[in-house]
Amino acid sequence: MPQNPQSLFDTDELVINMGPQHPSTHGVLRVVLRLDGERVVDADVVIGYLHRGVEKLCEHRDWTQIVLITDRMDYVAAATNNLGYCETVEKLMSFEVPRRAVYIRTLLSELQRIASHLVWLGSHAMDIGAVTVFLYCLRERELALDLFEEYSGARLTYNCMRVGGMPFDLPAGFDRKVREFCDIVEEKLLEYETLLTQNRIWLERTRGVGVISAADAVAIGLSGPSLRASGVLRDVRKDEPYAAYADLEFDVPIGGAGDTYDRYLVRLEEFRQSTRIIRQVLDGMPEGPVMGKVPRLIKPPAGETYHAIESPKGELGYFIVSDGKALSPYRFRVRPPSFCNLQALRQLVRGHLVADVVALIGTIDIVLGEVDR
Amino acid sequence: MIDSVLIPLFKIVILLVGVLTAVAYMVLLERKVQAWVQVRLGPMRVGPHGVLQPIADVVKLIIKEDITPARADRWVYTLAPILVLVPALIVFAVIPIGESITMFGREVPLYLTDINVGLLYIVSVSSVGVYGIILGGWASNSKYPLLGALRASAQLVSYEVAVTMTLVSLILMAGTLSMVGIVEAQREAGLWYIFVQPVAFVIFLIGGLAETNRAPFDMPEAESELVAGFHTEYSGIRFALFFLAEYANMIVVSAVATTLFLGGWLRPFPNVAVLAPLGLVPGWAWFLLKTFLFLYFFLQVRATLPRYRYDQLMRLGWKVLIPLAIANLFVTGAARVLL
Repeated sequence: MPQNPQSLFDTDELVINMGPQHPSTHGVLRVVLRLDGERVVDADVVIGYLHRGVEKLCEHRDWTQIVLITDRMDYVAAATNNLGYCETVEKLMSFEVPRRAVYIRTLLSELQRIASHLVWLGSHAMDIGAVTVFLYCLRERELALDLFEEYSGARLTYNCMRVGGMPFDLPAGFDRKVREFCDIVEEKLLEYETLLTQNRIWLERTRGVGVISAADAVAIGLSGPSLRASGVLRDVRKDEPYAAYADLEFDVPIGGAGDTYDRYLVRLEEFRQSTRIIRQVLDGMPEGPVMGKVPRLIKPPAGETYHAIESPKGELGYFIVSDGKALSPYRFRVRPPSFCNLQALRQLVRGHLVADVVALIGTIDIVLGEVDR
Repeated sequence: MIDSVLIPLFKIVILLVGVLTAVAYMVLLERKVQAWVQVRLGPMRVGPHGVLQPIADVVKLIIKEDITPARADRWVYTLAPILVLVPALIVFAVIPIGESITMFGREVPLYLTDINVGLLYIVSVSSVGVYGIILGGWASNSKYPLLGALRASAQLVSYEVAVTMTLVSLILMAGTLSMVGIVEAQREAGLWYIFVQPVAFVIFLIGGLAETNRAPFDMPEAESELVAGFHTEYSGIRFALFFLAEYANMIVVSAVATTLFLGGWLRPFPNVAVLAPLGLVPGWAWFLLKTFLFLYFFLQVRATLPRYRYDQLMRLGWKVLIPLAIANLFVTGAARVLL
């Protein structure tokens, strides 16, 4: 018996540790929740369990080797990581990449966006209990991985771009296969939508959950679909076009309410825009070499540059400093969208229920490999 | 002697073996149905198409190490799974599988017993299981099971109210609490109660899903939130008992629904003479078929729907189902008085 009988009736906050080995924290995220009953009073997000020191590692590799390390950050979207790095170094070297290479890069990054969004949709739906959607999504992702495998030989960490261009031309018949893939994705999207979009339970679980206003979203530094769902029109592909996006026509979907449902709708629309972009890229694919004439030993002149691309998760930026003498970057810094978007989690989960926490971890679409680097 | 001891004993053994086998194969069926919906194969390794998988599972669960967490309340921790399983099994005593059949020149009724408060017995016994869940979660001395157990008990208690209300409407219709009597009443009325009481049927179905902790109401063990809910700390055979109880409860709910709404062992449209050839199929076969349809419904729902959130589930229970069930009860009562 407690000394003070009154303390028997005291209500205490329950501190609960979600992760790093929790089934739905998408890897090794640890969230320390303070609960009042089922309601979250506060949350502490603990990261670092997957820290490999990517940035420091890159400062000790030469410029060509780094491509391979960037694969390992956002491992469900390796191609866009490659793209960001290669373009940054090319910008540093003021190097003009052949048009065909630029188009292939655009093609691969949009395929990657579809593959990454499929993983997101699947795991997000599974967190909310719709396990079937997860398996359907992975089924379609397989097809995307098959395409990547055909191009680069790898299915996860492709290492498929080089500073100055692309290592290979497109394999024969790739064009037709990609078009088929786009048809399949568009058809299967309807299947996912049948299961989720108008599902009452799905609506109740996502509408009004984790609302983040436009001003807050900007203040936190959200980017990508999570930012656009709050109604902020910001897409690096439109605002600071890179690769071949300046030539292409596409819409940037934005949401209004900034809740989990809007983030879901925005990403679903991005699937459609991606297939639209892919078709345009295939139609307008120029002929020519895929690799520019880069020196055998890549050594950018002294200087520093920042270059960002729109990865599936948001703005992926590279800040690279070269001293012009060493064979590796002097300073290598990544602005990872997952890390910045994760900032929002604490604000998102406050006041919600435990069940929403997993939905909210899912909705901001993080990959721990990129958060921790 | 034979009538009072041997035959009931024999029936008990058959019933227990039957239910436990059914439970084991329910698990396999569930995995298979889920797999087919999700374009997978499901278990394929043990036996052809995985038909021996349940046996492998049982063997594995029995020989697995049975861990009791340090500082757990040993007695309660051991008692909890038993407290969950036993009620789930003894409920079967009053469920009529079929009419009497003649066996070795003896009239043998296809139920263990027909007590005059059968339905009341089912309701009261099956609610004892909640204690097992709370105690299991509490005795584990761990946070996730505690949260899971609290959720489970709140959920079960609230849905029981709605379900019991619908049962009262049915009792008003049948005028008896005996399970056999209810089926007989449907035979006399000439139609299944699902056609007379569609609202009650829907409420019972939803409540049944919730009471058995099945998707979309599987909050107590929502693995994406609470790891495994109230049985997180359980392993080995004690975990198996919880598991058995869950599936046994599914069968109970399906069997009760069959008896109350689908006319138990009666053939479809018992009053339509044209369909008389359907009567050639024995009653117990109809009963098993109908029960299986319910079970399949459970599995299909799980593969299709996302999960409700705890507060939404409570809202659905208290603000929608219970008022609806009470209204249904009033309408039924009024109709009985006036007509």
